[in-house]
Amino acid sequence: MAVGLSAARLTRLRAVPWRWVGLALALVAVLAVPIVVIGAGVLRPAGPSWDHVAGTLLPAYVGNTVILVLGVGVLALVLGVGAAWLVTMTRFPGHRFFSWALVLPLAVPAYMAAYTWAGMLDVTGPVQRLVRTVVPGMSDAFLQWNVMRIEAVVVIFAVVLYPYVFLLSRTLLERRSGSVLESARLLGRSGWSVFFRVGVPLVRPAMAGGVALVLMEVLNDYGAVKYYGVPTFTTGIFRAWFTLGDVDTAIRLSGILMLIVLVLLVLERWQRGDARYSDAGASRFTARYPLRGWRAAGAVAFCATPLVLGFALPVAQLLAWSGRSAGTVVDAGFLVLSLNSFGLAAAAGGLAVAVAVVLAYAARIERGRLTAAATKLALLGYSVPGAVIAVGVLVAVLALDRTVLPGAATLLTATVLALLFAYLVRFMAVAFLSVESGFERVGESVRMASRTAGASPLRTLARVELPLLKGALGAAGILVFVDVLKELPLTLILRPFNFDTLATRAFQLATDEQLAASAPSALMVILTATAVLVVLHRVLANGETG
Amino acid sequence: MGSGAKKGAVTRGLAMVAVLAAGGLAACGGDTGADEVNVYSHRHYEADRRLFEQFTEETGIRVNVVTASADELITRLENEGEDSPADVLITVDAGRLHRAKSLGLLQPVSSSVLESNVPSHLRDGDGHWFGLTRRARVYVYASNRADTADLATYEGLAEPVWEDRVLIRSSSNVYNQSLLASLVAHLGPEAAEAWAAGVVRNMAREPAGGDTDQIKAVAAGVGDVAVVNTYYLARLADSEDPEDRRVADAVSIRFPNQDGRGAHVNVSGAGVTRHAPNRTNAVRLLEFLSGDEAQALFAEANHEYPVKPGVEWSETLRAWGEFRADTLDLTVLGELNDEAVRIFDRVGWP
Repeated sequence: MAVGLSAARLTRLRAVPWRWVGLALALVAVLAVPIVVIGAGVLRPAGPSWDHVAGTLLPAYVGNTVILVLGVGVLALVLGVGAAWLVTMTRFPGHRFFSWALVLPLAVPAYMAAYTWAGMLDVTGPVQRLVRTVVPGMSDAFLQWNVMRIEAVVVIFAVVLYPYVFLLSRTLLERRSGSVLESARLLGRSGWSVFFRVGVPLVRPAMAGGVALVLMEVLNDYGAVKYYGVPTFTTGIFRAWFTLGDVDTAIRLSGILMLIVLVLLVLERWQRGDARYSDAGASRFTARYPLRGWRAAGAVAFCATPLVLGFALPVAQLLAWSGRSAGTVVDAGFLVLSLNSFGLAAAAGGLAVAVAVVLAYAARIERGRLTAAATKLALLGYSVPGAVIAVGVLVAVLALDRTVLPGAATLLTATVLALLFAYLVRFMAVAFLSVESGFERVGESVRMASRTAGASPLRTLARVELPLLKGALGAAGILVFVDVLKELPLTLILRPFNFDTLATRAFQLATDEQLAASAPSALMVILTATAVLVVLHRVLANGETG
Repeated sequence: MGSGAKKGAVTRGLAMVAVLAAGGLAACGGDTGADEVNVYSHRHYEADRRLFEQFTEETGIRVNVVTASADELITRLENEGEDSPADVLITVDAGRLHRAKSLGLLQPVSSSVLESNVPSHLRDGDGHWFGLTRRARVYVYASNRADTADLATYEGLAEPVWEDRVLIRSSSNVYNQSLLASLVAHLGPEAAEAWAAGVVRNMAREPAGGDTDQIKAVAAGVGDVAVVNTYYLARLADSEDPEDRRVADAVSIRFPNQDGRGAHVNVSGAGVTRHAPNRTNAVRLLEFLSGDEAQALFAEANHEYPVKPGVEWSETLRAWGEFRADTLDLTVLGELNDEAVRIFDRVGWP
């Protein structure tokens, strides 16, 4: 067949389909408006409180941020890669259960975990109550132990965010496990040695991609660090903008933060190099290492710890609080809150996947640097604190409102369209990285074959590639769904009148220090996200066999 | 099959957008007719929701609300400019109302009802904003470990006797900013900075958590005195959880500076926005919120002190007794907020 290709046909196949690229670039341009609004601020002269912020605050704030980034990064890697290895390569009691359950902490927003930990461990909490009852003379030093410290923040972030690393590593290991590891073992290497010499290099792309997501979440968190009194770089942005009323300084700080993330993204790309991974020939049938005795116990403990800390304990505490408040809090209004949350999350998930497919596909078929570079711009929204993005979106949407519907800020105040746009800007990275990795896995050969057979790029995408990608698309949609369900600052600032979601209700009551009343909404967020993540597991599992 | 299912999901997603958008439009309709009022509020208390419902019942005016932090709402107002649909801005602190005024986001209102309900030191001189509830920032202490003589004044908190014993939350908290601003006003910036540095030296731990957490920490023995707003203690005392009530029983409350200028008091208040499309309704809402009925509910349901003289307090508040309140013009708190924040940063109060 290939022999019969005419030169003209080959040229046409190799030609860049500019219509796709054009569409992708247009989408990037729209998504980038809020980011550019922020980025352009970096070039403006510093605001009046720049010297104050840079001189008195930043040293300590940057110090905290570095501790968080390093601490969370390392801990999330250890937990994520370690657990992924255990559930894919070894056999111990419960390995099947852990292989999907370990994703669940992703359902728990970091700030909710922070509030529940504090509630459990403070003087009215169950732990201290128990200790007081069992050991009445317990030393004061224990009773006065304070969970609200930077070490606890590191652990909290790590146990709710490691699933990003876990999920990507597990997928890679399942796909590439086969022959490589088998031969490594045949060469007589021990389990540990195989893990470090073969396993770790194998999952390097997953480690980089997962940690990039984890760290972006850490950099833009505001709820947990604020409650625990650990000021970070983001605290500095808020202090400059909202407390000191100095927009220019805040924008310059946000710009610096974006730059840091850009460097992270470039590093991630760079460490991947030009290597193209594809699954051709990978076998998924591997004999697992059987673990027995203390090794099995160790594996169970290793997998159970993050699951308990990041999921079971927060949920248990929320259940206890809900028991006290559900009678007064759960009413017809609660149903409306739930529907608002689900509707927004589903709409944002669907849109994000659609846009991500266009961007990733364009980057793939153009194969040049142009689209690849441009799409990076669309990913930056994930790194910037939501409240800052919100203002960028506000400026963009209001400009549109004023030109299209002069005199009425209708889009913003009467519809959720501005909010959906903001979610796209914010979470494009989540959808894109997932879709892109899906495309990479499918490899080039399928598309080339389809194109050679005369199918257009669109037809190839719709009929050949998307069906192969359905696991990745489902994953992307579900991750965005979960993120939107948990999202706070954008929703708070950009929602229309009389429009509350579960997350906004839970957060506002929690910041009002009415934790029991906030619990049912928080629980609903977590349980819904959990259900969806279980579906994700199914989707991925089917994607592999089907 | 996969692509079909996916397309279905996307279509459903888009349909959802349309439905939500239509719902949003139906809810507000961009209608600036005479029967509604749009509120940007930092307050998200159950009491407020009940009050808005009551207002609608009495007047037929529908109340539309967006709640977020005052700082974010002010930013939104600034960006919306004259297109803003908001009629009323409600904050939990006079400093933020002052900022809104100085940014030109509010407009003067003259109403004999508001002027007679709200004492003059609790409202803006030009009628840009009006206090609706008062909250005192007070000492909560362990009576068996702290000597009340050392708790006579805010100034005393910086004394060496309190080393390692003071619990107070972070400086990003607006209540602390206003407290320090009041000290700047009364003592001057140098003395206020020395005070803040002294308090930082005396902290029992790095500031973390909210006011409730500071009260619990006193009960647990982490420190001996906490600086908190009154209603947090009232809430614990009123809680359904016996453990919370035990905490409230274990601590005592003290209003500082009773022999001098009085305890630091801030307000939660509201102003009519510069470009309010429903100005008349907005003024009516403020008048309603300053009236007897609403003031009593603020006091009863949320344990805030009413601004209107003669309105009955909740039982818990009555049990704490009358106190002398600082009558410093609250506008000053707004003017000195920036200075206070900078002092906090300089003395390393996280």
